[in-house]
Amino acid sequence: MVRGPGFLERLEAALPGAVTGSRLDALDPWIEVDPARIVDVCRWLKDESSVRFDSLQCITAVDWFEPDPKKAAKVAWQPHTELVYHLWSTSARASIVLKVMLPRWSGDVAGQLPEIGSVTSVWRGANWHEREVYDLSGVQFTGHPDLRRILCPEDWEGHPLRKDYVQPLEYHGMRGR
Amino acid sequence: MASFVDDDPRIIEFDVRTDEMLVNMGPQHPSTHGVLRLVLRTDGEIVSEVEPHIGYLHRCAEKIGENLTARQWIPYTDRMDYLAAMNMNLGWSLAVEKLMQYQVSERARHLRVLIAELGRIASHLVGMGAYGLDLGTFSPFLYAFREREKILDLFEEACGARLTYSYITVGGLTADLPPGWLKKCEAFLDQFEPVIKEYHALLTTNAIFVKRTAAIGVMSPALAIEYGCSGPVLRGSGVDQDMRRDGESIYTAMYDGYAFEVAVMKDGHYPRDHEYPPVPADAVLGDCWHRFFVRMLEVVQSMDLVRQAIDRYAACKGPLGEPVKLTEKIPAGDAYLETECPKGQMGFYLVSDGSAIPWRVRARSSSFSNLAVTHELCRGCLIADVPAIVGSLDIVMGEIDR
Repeated sequence: MVRGPGFLERLEAALPGAVTGSRLDALDPWIEVDPARIVDVCRWLKDESSVRFDSLQCITAVDWFEPDPKKAAKVAWQPHTELVYHLWSTSARASIVLKVMLPRWSGDVAGQLPEIGSVTSVWRGANWHEREVYDLSGVQFTGHPDLRRILCPEDWEGHPLRKDYVQPLEYHGMRGR
Repeated sequence: MASFVDDDPRIIEFDVRTDEMLVNMGPQHPSTHGVLRLVLRTDGEIVSEVEPHIGYLHRCAEKIGENLTARQWIPYTDRMDYLAAMNMNLGWSLAVEKLMQYQVSERARHLRVLIAELGRIASHLVGMGAYGLDLGTFSPFLYAFREREKILDLFEEACGARLTYSYITVGGLTADLPPGWLKKCEAFLDQFEPVIKEYHALLTTNAIFVKRTAAIGVMSPALAIEYGCSGPVLRGSGVDQDMRRDGESIYTAMYDGYAFEVAVMKDGHYPRDHEYPPVPADAVLGDCWHRFFVRMLEVVQSMDLVRQAIDRYAACKGPLGEPVKLTEKIPAGDAYLETECPKGQMGFYLVSDGSAIPWRVRARSSSFSNLAVTHELCRGCLIADVPAIVGSLDIVMGEIDR
């Protein structure tokens, strides 16, 4: 929950232009953050805001892409990758959700992973979470100390949680599909 | 990463000459609780660096969830934390119910508390027994499994499965309890209560056990919070947080009217600590011993909660209610909910586009965050302390790798 009156305004005053949207009446109220400012916003939320969000619970990448062209014509959104950060404050026992919209591919060139700043400098615990998002959803975290695959083997191809992911036919002599 | 097999003898010579050595522990090492591989950089007996390698049990549970309805995914949550499958079912069910804004019946609510807390006892018993194994003592394991077996028997009678239950489901539970079950459960609790003293005699106060765990792997509260640690690992560092009390209203409402005290050290005392052995003089808050002890206290706490739940459930005359349809449509939107599983805070995140099949499902694993802190805890410890530290985190690989 976004706690206290004027919370958003204080964030806006501290970091003008960093918040690009919000939905405070949603089930889990969220604010949308400019991808270029994510590290600043996270650092502000952790160190300076009235509610110290000292813990990063989870980073999720949601791939908004419909591979079926017939269905794709009907959807209301443009294809994009959405990063969702769930933060928690142990002192205030409050949570906040940050959302960041990224292009599916950097510069719309297929195969070029979208980039965003790493928040490992804010919470050390972000290390594994970002590795997992990189591994399964294909988001490049710039400034991450050790961005490698974490769940899939190191020579795995593709990012399985993308909607257009095609399962390989074989892997080191083992049959897939 | 240096390779372990090298054909060039000169390189091996070179490796021998240096003081540092890479030791590979796992993925089949018995003290790694599943298939976890740890690469230790050692200087003699001292570990200078630990690198966990995970993913050996990765089964793409989240991708599978994008092709099934919310209720169909329940069996996959069983297979995440297979030692506390009931609690995993509950976490996912509540997350879906949060998005659907669904309210289960009063009877189902009390039954869920009953079952979830029994599951917590079963999980902590494995945690305790396996921890003894890690440290080289076999008997506590047998004592713990003797009692856990009885819980599994109760679960089997309630839902037909012994490990992967799929019992708690979206909208309630798949079935009501069979007649006579509550009597058996009460009989188990009466028999179980005195046994806890045996556990304390076997492990908690055992001089060797204390030597192996006290002041080993000390984690400061700040470190635990920064890594997103949760559950007994967080409370073992003295952070007073339990989602059953501090979580979101849909979850805390389940425990409305239940009396329990969070198992955490406050002003140098654990709740009701006069009933248990004293904290050893060598133990430091945040070390392996405290993490273990918090679990032991939670077994008693859960026992109390089960007793309360039995009374309330028995007093509930209303219907249990039916679970939602298998193909029930979920309203568009997203919801995230963390519940207090035995291993820590298990979060489920669900994104729906309005159809019956979720657009994206996400499991935030508590063990994943708890394990990520290993390299900080193991820096500078002895090789023999590595199993003690990893064991004290009480991880389960099925949940980490998903």
